[in-house]
Amino acid sequence: MPDGGIGAPTKRREDTRFLTGRGKYTDDFTPQNTSYCAFARSQVANGKIKSIDTSAAAAMPGVLAIFTGEDFVEVGGNPAGWAIVSRDGEPMKEPKRPVLAHGKVRHVGDAYAAVIADTLEEAMDAVEAIEADIEELDAVVDMASAVANSGTLVHDEIGTNTCFDWGWIEDNRAATDEAIKKAPHVTTLELINNRLVPNALEPRCSIGEYDPGTGDYKLTTTSQNPHLSRLLISAFVLGIPENKLTVLAPDVGGGFGSKIYHYGEEALVLAAAKKLGRPVKWTATRTEAFLSDAHGRDHVTKIELACEKDGTFIAFRTETMANVGAYLSNFSTATPTFLHGTLMAGNYTVPNVYVNVKAVFTNTAPVDAYRGAGRPEATYSLERVIDKCARELGMDPVEIRRKNFIKKDQYPYASAAGLEYDSGNYDALMDGLEKTADFAGFEARRAESAKQGKLRGLGINAYIEACGIAPSNLVGILGARVGLYDAATVRVNPTGNISVMVGAHSHGQGHETAFPQIVADMLGVDPETIDIVHGDTSKIPFGMGTYGSRSLAVCGSAVFRATEKIIVKATAIAAHMLEDEPDNIDFSDGVFSIAGTNKSVGFGDVALKAYIPHEYPIEGLEPGLEETAFYDPANFTYPSGAYASEVEVDPETGKVTICSMVALDDFGVVVNPMIVTGQVEGGLAQGIGQALLENSVYDDNGQLLSGSLMDYAMPRADDLPSFVVDHSHATRCNHNPIGSKGCGEAGAIGSPPTIVNAVVDALARGGHDVDHIDMPVSPSRVWAAMNK
Amino acid sequence: MPKVTMNINGRARSTEVENRTLLSTALREKLHLTGTHIGCDTSQCGACVVHVNGKAVKSCAVFAVELDGATIDTIEGQAAPDGSLNVIQQAFKDHHGLQCGFCTPGMVMSAAALLKDNPKPNEAEIRDYLEGNICRCTGYQGIVNAIMAASGQAVPAIAAE
Repeated sequence: MPDGGIGAPTKRREDTRFLTGRGKYTDDFTPQNTSYCAFARSQVANGKIKSIDTSAAAAMPGVLAIFTGEDFVEVGGNPAGWAIVSRDGEPMKEPKRPVLAHGKVRHVGDAYAAVIADTLEEAMDAVEAIEADIEELDAVVDMASAVANSGTLVHDEIGTNTCFDWGWIEDNRAATDEAIKKAPHVTTLELINNRLVPNALEPRCSIGEYDPGTGDYKLTTTSQNPHLSRLLISAFVLGIPENKLTVLAPDVGGGFGSKIYHYGEEALVLAAAKKLGRPVKWTATRTEAFLSDAHGRDHVTKIELACEKDGTFIAFRTETMANVGAYLSNFSTATPTFLHGTLMAGNYTVPNVYVNVKAVFTNTAPVDAYRGAGRPEATYSLERVIDKCARELGMDPVEIRRKNFIKKDQYPYASAAGLEYDSGNYDALMDGLEKTADFAGFEARRAESAKQGKLRGLGINAYIEACGIAPSNLVGILGARVGLYDAATVRVNPTGNISVMVGAHSHGQGHETAFPQIVADMLGVDPETIDIVHGDTSKIPFGMGTYGSRSLAVCGSAVFRATEKIIVKATAIAAHMLEDEPDNIDFSDGVFSIAGTNKSVGFGDVALKAYIPHEYPIEGLEPGLEETAFYDPANFTYPSGAYASEVEVDPETGKVTICSMVALDDFGVVVNPMIVTGQVEGGLAQGIGQALLENSVYDDNGQLLSGSLMDYAMPRADDLPSFVVDHSHATRCNHNPIGSKGCGEAGAIGSPPTIVNAVVDALARGGHDVDHIDMPVSPSRVWAAMNK
Repeated sequence: MPKVTMNINGRARSTEVENRTLLSTALREKLHLTGTHIGCDTSQCGACVVHVNGKAVKSCAVFAVELDGATIDTIEGQAAPDGSLNVIQQAFKDHHGLQCGFCTPGMVMSAAALLKDNPKPNEAEIRDYLEGNICRCTGYQGIVNAIMAASGQAVPAIAAE
């Protein structure tokens, strides 16, 4: 194996450009003659657009064009990517999501007009001069009221605020109800999974270009999946033929889900570029990001856990209301259903699971997948109710989990929520956690904290997630409107170095470093001779992009399969060069050889032969050395983990301080442990942010109260501890060629329940009768719980 | 429009700006120094930190027109002329102190200012100093480790596996 193959903590090659200011993010591009776009956005949550007078704005200096919803009546809406069927067999409600609001505005920040001008300042000034007569209507904000259907509707034409009422698995419903009715013990918990704003540090940005000479469009945009965006724009929204539209996603400054989706601003700049014959650029302010990026989470859940008196689980049953906001974003219907309900058996041998999710339209920004996407919600509900149950039964929280863990010899394991887990070893993770987090020393540390007047608690959590989305046939049956394979082309250049074109997109994950490690490992060549090409639909095969911790498991597997094809063909060429049969050729460390002889030829010479095919068996073998693979996974992957945290609560103020955070994860085979550790650490920060700090809050009128970084508490360096991260307790994924499971979301899934469990533990040990505090567990909430 | 001349990364640079033009905008749009990033509109995120007359400043919080004659250092001036990384940049690379790279220019410039004032900060001092720089990717651990390393202090081995 060469240095820097699978398993090496290779330093990232992309870092050099980012560290020297040479990264190229979308806003860093300003094509010649660029014009600038600014949006007029609704200041009310629900309103009837009576008139929009743009005449004064149009007369302002530098103004080139003004668009309103009227200009896009003839084009399509931005679709939901997953069709959900309600329990009564009715299809979900799918109101049109237009490029610009038309007729009504439906959330604060809903764009109803756009100005294009020579400069950004001129565009912004002209937005101020648009006279919009918008009649404010009562806003639908609270989900319970929305479902009660008080007569105020987000979308009048569908006659309800309920998008769907979904049950999973409907065939298990009666048995689950019966099991709960008869169970010796039932623990019930009502909880809120707080609404979050992804806040990737780079705001969204889009540049539209149109070449009248060729009819070609180009969209440079902040996307996690340029091909998916192109498909949506072409097939659903603007109807631009795919072959006439290039979507570029250059360096992207974080996504966390929020840049998966196609947004109306992208369609607007393309349409405007066509109309004006000039490039049109729009860059979101952070305020626009708060108001118009897809938010995350926002579930209200009641969960019941039925068990025997000894803690053996009998059933989980949940009722959830999931906010989808004012419009259906692309994955918004999949996130609270198939990415959530299917995980509701957790790591456990529970026989009965039933999940009900009502998706609710409200006059708030759209809600969609955010780091973890449904799985953090499932894990939080399960791991909080399990902790409460253990407390009620007088059991140790570790013991109750171990009692119900799926055991290592039970795989493949068909969960009661409909998934087949392929591998795992939850007891090994918990064994490791007990040692690494030093459970034995907790009492002494607690006593020490007590001396300082602090309440110390220990929280634990076990999680499983489904990553590597997803088998296309399976998700097709479940309602997905796309396939979820990925694709890679491995092009060996004549001089032997290699370009790999991938469908995944790297926006922090380090693909440019990690993917070459796979190819280098297989071909026995120096990874420095391999480059990754991503983010340009004119160069890369049709892949589905990066989200759901899928890049390595799915696209990496495509890279693996394409490289296998390279080896097969290169072996055939080498066999010809060595005058033997391919079956007699060995390939290792970059050299083709015939066992028992001194005959060999290097990979570079074979590559050269492929492109200069002299004395070449041209009748039976094509020249060239380039292969493409589309990889469609056989199953989801199932990363799992065991986390522990110790916290101190100040009883005077309710302030929670995290003393330790230990994360043990099973990601299967790890390609680059340095990058994986970084992914976990970033996820932990986001999970801790959700648990302690972050909350996206609308008031009763639908005004976003937490609409800036001064109001929305992002985790900062001094809010967080040093983390202990360990991914050595690995079990191989059994169905993809690398054996990897995915690591991008784990930290954000495992940490919120760990923290809340720790806080409740601290209060309980301090003699406070508190069984739950909703996130974010802020000082005021903790203090109120202690002093109720 | 007023004209300002600043010494930027060792070179005199002149540009015309509106009175309302922020230094961050002037650097990016007028002088094409796009390494300085804009991540917010409330001077909270710190992606735009540069040095003005040797002090770390959020370039979105100062008007360019005020800076005639000022000395400005940006991320583009941190590496050696041959492109080799300086000690802080190298430490960020060695200790995985960046992921998407968007906050990185501001982080590196803040770290440089910190180490100028406090050559051997402890972890708490580093975390406290970085309060004005938001990173959404790393959880700050790699950044803290990088600054420890850049100041010659021991850090835990990465990815002990």
